[in-house]
Amino acid sequence: MMIRANALTKDYGNRRAIENLTFNARKGEILGFLGPNGAGKTTTMRILTGFMPPSSGSVEIGGYDVIENSLEVRRIVGYLPETVPLYADMTVYEYLEYMGSLRKVSHLENRIKETLEQVELSERSNSYVGALSKGMRQRLGLAQALIHKPEVLILDEPTIGLDPGQVVNFRQLIREIGKDKTVLLSTHILPEAQQVCDRVLIINNGHIVAEDTPEQLQARLTGSQRVFIQIRGDAQEVLPLIEHIPGVIRVQLRNQDSLEFETLPGKEVRPAVAKTLIQAGFDLLQIQNINLSLEEIFLKLTREEPAGVIESQK
Amino acid sequence: MRNIWIIARKEFKQFFVSPVAYAIALAVFLIMGVLFYATILSAAYQQYAPGVQVILGPLATIFLFTTPAITMRALPDEQRTGTLELLLTAPVRDWELVIGKWLGSMGFILTILLVTWVYPIILNRLVDPGIDQGVLVSGYLGLFLMVAAFAAIGVAVGTLFSNQIAAFFTTLGILLVLWMIGYPSTASGALGPSLLSYLDISEHFYPTFYRGIIDLKDVVYFLSLIALALFLGSISVESRRWR
Repeated sequence: MMIRANALTKDYGNRRAIENLTFNARKGEILGFLGPNGAGKTTTMRILTGFMPPSSGSVEIGGYDVIENSLEVRRIVGYLPETVPLYADMTVYEYLEYMGSLRKVSHLENRIKETLEQVELSERSNSYVGALSKGMRQRLGLAQALIHKPEVLILDEPTIGLDPGQVVNFRQLIREIGKDKTVLLSTHILPEAQQVCDRVLIINNGHIVAEDTPEQLQARLTGSQRVFIQIRGDAQEVLPLIEHIPGVIRVQLRNQDSLEFETLPGKEVRPAVAKTLIQAGFDLLQIQNINLSLEEIFLKLTREEPAGVIESQK
Repeated sequence: MRNIWIIARKEFKQFFVSPVAYAIALAVFLIMGVLFYATILSAAYQQYAPGVQVILGPLATIFLFTTPAITMRALPDEQRTGTLELLLTAPVRDWELVIGKWLGSMGFILTILLVTWVYPIILNRLVDPGIDQGVLVSGYLGLFLMVAAFAAIGVAVGTLFSNQIAAFFTTLGILLVLWMIGYPSTASGALGPSLLSYLDISEHFYPTFYRGIIDLKDVVYFLSLIALALFLGSISVESRRWR
């Protein structure tokens, strides 16, 4: 394992930012940190990079403890913080030269050239950092994180500020780097996590609420169905009937005459629902499957109680 | 050690692309030039030969006020722009960062000090039989040590702030207190005030270096002050991780 985080907890005064986070990442794996703003992503990354220690718990990167062997860890980690740290009055080349020499990169001149090509900034090598666009600054920040060929790359919201074309290239670049390195990236953009990451951790309020491969998240997406029904009359009256049909969960009123529910994965409950409603004397006007999007799963995980709880609005 | 050099060199170079640095240098030369001119004129009227002190005295006071402005950028700016996060997650030790920043600032201060040599050279031509070379050397050595201590205090104070103005005034406040802390001892001879007089920065410059005496006690005082300030600065950077 390249990254081993064990029971990480961090308090800022009375506020607990993260609690008991435990996770691992292998070499050659791209691990996504997914969560709303303030979930604890940046805090976790700052602990991993040795910028600040956890209140309790431990982290090992490449076999080194982040606190005990801080310098060794910092040598093998490349880090792009959320606000890209740049010196506005240096040129692109000078900036990379400075960071590269602090990191003791050998054949620095060639390496700078290579890295600039990798992030497509070769032509701006002599521009002042202050004159770069936001997207270019983001790429220069990434170049700084890559300059010493780190074993572990930690990227905090790396695609913010890039235009759509650059985002595609950027994701390709990350995928390529992730083939033989460990990449940890935080994002709140779900499709990004889905496209780039081998595995996704969803964190909310400092806790891991789900950990899965994007494929399995996708399976949740297609496994569970959401069904919309509309009847003539008051939907409130049919609510108890539908709740008792096996395979139905999370029944919710939509309107006066319509409601929605989810099904357990792999269950086809529509015929049973139709039959029950008609037998009970209701006119069924509409019954229709709605797909659960990954966004909705995410929202559910980060805003509601754990899945599986049957709930209904009364 | 290599990191100290890399950081110091970058810091030093950045002074020369910063308008603030040029403004400070301009202020030093302007004030010094006017004072020097006035002194020479009044000496000519009153027909006496001024000593090197007419250069050393004003320089000491000017550096008391300008050193905080030179060091105020060093660490507060790194904190404000977030680049401190970059340096603290690179394989750089906290003390390497603090010493590198101090050396970079010292490089700039030394450049200004070297340019001020032009005044003794002019003075030497104006007076007969020339100025006292001994006082010149001891005075500049004292000035250098004293300003190095000012800069170390400025860099250390900078670790506490992300705002340059706050860093400037706090450093200036501390320097002014250290500059005048010995005053009570002139009024009484008790142990307390004499300790205060030992802590007084000006007490280690005016009675000795300024008069052409190089006393080891004063050299040790300034070196200790520098070491203490840089040590506290490193601790302060390290404590950021635990705050």
